[in-house]
Amino acid sequence: MLSALIFLPAAGAIALFVLPKSQESNAKWLALAVAAASLVLAGAMYVGFDQIDPLLQYTERLTWIDADDAGFDVQYFIGVDGLSATMILLNAFLFVIGVLVSWRIDLRPREYFAWMLLLETAIMGVFAAQDLLLFFLFWELELIPMYLLISIWGTGRREYSAMKFVLYTLAGSALMLVGFLVLGFSANTFDMEVLADTQITDAAISLNAVFFLILAAFAIKLPVFPLHTWLPDAHTDAPTAVSVILAGVLLKMGGYGLIRILVGILPEQFERYDIYLACLAAFSVIYGAILTVRQTDLKRLIAYSSVSHMGYVLLGVAALGEVGLTGASLQMFTHGTITALLFVMVGLIYDRTHTRQISDLSGLAHYMPVASTVFIVAGFASLGLPTMSGFVAELLVFLGSVDAFKIPTALAVIGILLSAGYILWTVQRVFFGPKNERWAELEDTTSIWEQACMAALVGVIIGVGVYPSTIVDVLENGVRRTLG
Amino acid sequence: MLDDLDRIGPVLAMAAVAGVILIWDLLPTGKPFPASRGRAAMLVALVGPVLSAAWAFSLLTRDETGFGFANSVVLDDFSLFFAFLFSGIAAAVILATQDYAKRFGDYEAEFYALILFASGAMILLASSRDLILIFVALELTSISQYIMASMQRDERSTEAGIKYLLMGAVSSAVILYGMVYLFGMTGTTRLVAPEGELSIATAIAANGEDMRAGLLFACVMLIAGLGFKMAVVPFQMWVPDVYTGAPTPVAAFLSVASKAAAFAVVLRIFFEGLPAEVASNSWTDIFACIAAVSMTVGNLFALVQSNIKRLLGYSSIAQAGYLMVGLAAFSGAEGGLSTSASSVMFFLGSYAVTNLGAFIVIIAISARTGSDEISSYTGLFHRAPVLAAALAFALISLTGIPPTAGFIAKLYVFNTAIEAGLTWLVIVAVLNSVASAFYYLRVTGIMFAGASTSTEGVPTSNALKLALTAAVVGILFVGVAPSLLMNAAKDAASVFVQ
Repeated sequence: MLSALIFLPAAGAIALFVLPKSQESNAKWLALAVAAASLVLAGAMYVGFDQIDPLLQYTERLTWIDADDAGFDVQYFIGVDGLSATMILLNAFLFVIGVLVSWRIDLRPREYFAWMLLLETAIMGVFAAQDLLLFFLFWELELIPMYLLISIWGTGRREYSAMKFVLYTLAGSALMLVGFLVLGFSANTFDMEVLADTQITDAAISLNAVFFLILAAFAIKLPVFPLHTWLPDAHTDAPTAVSVILAGVLLKMGGYGLIRILVGILPEQFERYDIYLACLAAFSVIYGAILTVRQTDLKRLIAYSSVSHMGYVLLGVAALGEVGLTGASLQMFTHGTITALLFVMVGLIYDRTHTRQISDLSGLAHYMPVASTVFIVAGFASLGLPTMSGFVAELLVFLGSVDAFKIPTALAVIGILLSAGYILWTVQRVFFGPKNERWAELEDTTSIWEQACMAALVGVIIGVGVYPSTIVDVLENGVRRTLG
Repeated sequence: MLDDLDRIGPVLAMAAVAGVILIWDLLPTGKPFPASRGRAAMLVALVGPVLSAAWAFSLLTRDETGFGFANSVVLDDFSLFFAFLFSGIAAAVILATQDYAKRFGDYEAEFYALILFASGAMILLASSRDLILIFVALELTSISQYIMASMQRDERSTEAGIKYLLMGAVSSAVILYGMVYLFGMTGTTRLVAPEGELSIATAIAANGEDMRAGLLFACVMLIAGLGFKMAVVPFQMWVPDVYTGAPTPVAAFLSVASKAAAFAVVLRIFFEGLPAEVASNSWTDIFACIAAVSMTVGNLFALVQSNIKRLLGYSSIAQAGYLMVGLAAFSGAEGGLSTSASSVMFFLGSYAVTNLGAFIVIIAISARTGSDEISSYTGLFHRAPVLAAALAFALISLTGIPPTAGFIAKLYVFNTAIEAGLTWLVIVAVLNSVASAFYYLRVTGIMFAGASTSTEGVPTSNALKLALTAAVVGILFVGVAPSLLMNAAKDAASVFVQ
């Protein structure tokens, strides 16, 4: 079942590639059908997930490359625990949103949706893989679709941004590969489950070095200061749906990797360096927030706010406790939905006004009441207003980390103030303020597709905020398994 | 005698068909023999690799192994692996030449004959266990390739041929010098011989310590000379010019077959003749250094190229560096030789399908547009979606991104190197892969994201389509189900035992 979930989008992608040109206008329908079917499958997987069971579920195991004598055994080994299951559900959900917000794409739609679906497969695979080399394979598989999606359907300096994204990610994953190979050679297996239970005694190079090699990939992906500079560029120039996916799930691959691989397999090394990671996290939070305040482009603003918010994830993970890790995982989920909604709204505004400069926009609330309301809801969720999901996650992160790291946590709390500042200030400048006659002709959200996206995302954000245990209980299952 | 001939059957098949083509081409033109023999000559030439592969297959099913011709030739899994590899490469190049052949004018038939001679000699090379025979086979491949490089008979092609000839001749002399040293020290030219007979391997195992200095010198000479054929830094100067000037099918053949043949020889000489610790201590370090330098130099120069053939020239230098990582990854542990060799051979197989795929597309494009400038590939996807997608797929495989052959090949080689304790070299290699992504993906981006200046399609012959399909399917197949090639490489490498 898990395999079907992973490869269904890829099958859809192949169908789209071979779709005759005369059927081009139906490409989006096909893509929607495939994405929706994946969501249904993911939902069924999530509902069927047993939170009590401490073991991996829905496992499938096959030998893929069998070169035992050469120490090169790769298994096709997939399975989910609570953390993976939640991330897979989020992924499937956001891709439906991604297809919907791409509804008006008319440049080469077949290829566009095909690359989108291939990307979905790659990300699903990352969250489900339980073999280091399989994880690496899916991790790399995501590059080409992202590269093409940004460089063909993007705006601005799209080719530069796409290449920057690829080179940053590749640099991280290249070092990660060395770390994986050393781990695999030392423990004589690439099986993540076995590796988590094995005490590696003599490695070819020091395990501390392995830790940093692997950390490089996740720190770039998350991203953590000073490795974050690819993110604003990629976000600014990517098409709306790709920004949604990028912020919504791609960054989470970094957080997921931190928890699953570094905490799971190298806990001693993690403990040794956790104070540095916590400081880095606090710095990322504040630094990202300050940069966010300075932004004049709406999309760049949200991109920088992601840097700040992902700092909370690192802080929660660095605390290495059940509460902190649960908070970090929940923060990944909620940031995924909240930022997705913010990007959807920015995309919508850009679609109507053809500008993202905050200084050009003013008084939009008069002309686009519905869109403005939804944006404000998303903004409030982003700054952590109670009854919305962001609040629960950040609270858990702080609760988890305050005992271990008093000063970094205190600094990170300041980040909340800053985020309240930039969100409210942005809302005030864009939606309130004097009416601008230039925007008098603007249409509010009219299409059912846009409204469906907004409704779904707002529903999830408030739903999880009011009743978090739907997600938290499942996440805890994964956290407990990771902490052993 | 018949047994001996049977064991080099794949070589004879290639040579025989080449001879038939040459004689046929001499016959007077007229009614039964039309002046333009292009298409027919191609079909006849195809018989060579097909027959050769069939013969190799028959040897495989008959489980035929053993020495021949007074122990100078050996038939084992290693020779069969390369018989299949070279037959495949020859067939693909012959098919793809269909779209390029008009530039050879009256010399098309000779071109096919030379390809067959060179491929046959390469198969012989992989089956040789004797220094003299290795040298003879090496010269036969080289001379065929010198002629092929200058076959287009324009200024650039002639320059490429002369350059290749001069530098090739020097490298042959250097190889010969190294061989003479080995012979002088050990008193034999046989690398390995049946139990009880004198061979280089047994002589070194017995008296290696006394030969330490001489062995180092011989290794350096052999590596320098063979480094030219493998196209590794610092013996790479000819590569960009020859690839750019030579006819594109020849560049394709050089980049794949010639390189594979050189690595086959290196495996035979170093892994069979010189695996003893006293020798291998020196050559593994040399290989590791050359690997690091080759990857880095090849990739750095490739970053700034504007001609696609030149770009692939530098890329092939970098790829030779990755292959060298596999050679250097011989750990001395039990089974280390065969693991290291099998990672090299797996990489060679993957590299062959990948680079052939890229070059076949370039042949098709340059036949139509007459240009090899990367700028002329702008928006290629709109003109020729299939060709652009195939080239992109090949470039992705060269970068080492899944789901392609190149990804698995790099993974395998790097894994072997980690096991041999070469972590520093693997870090150099992976960082090089990152740098290479820049130029490989840039071409991909130009083809897909750029706006085409022309809407004219790029028609191709069925022969070229067949070759391209085979290459692309090969890249995907090895990337998704690597076991078949991996098992073949492991079997072939199992001939190397300490």
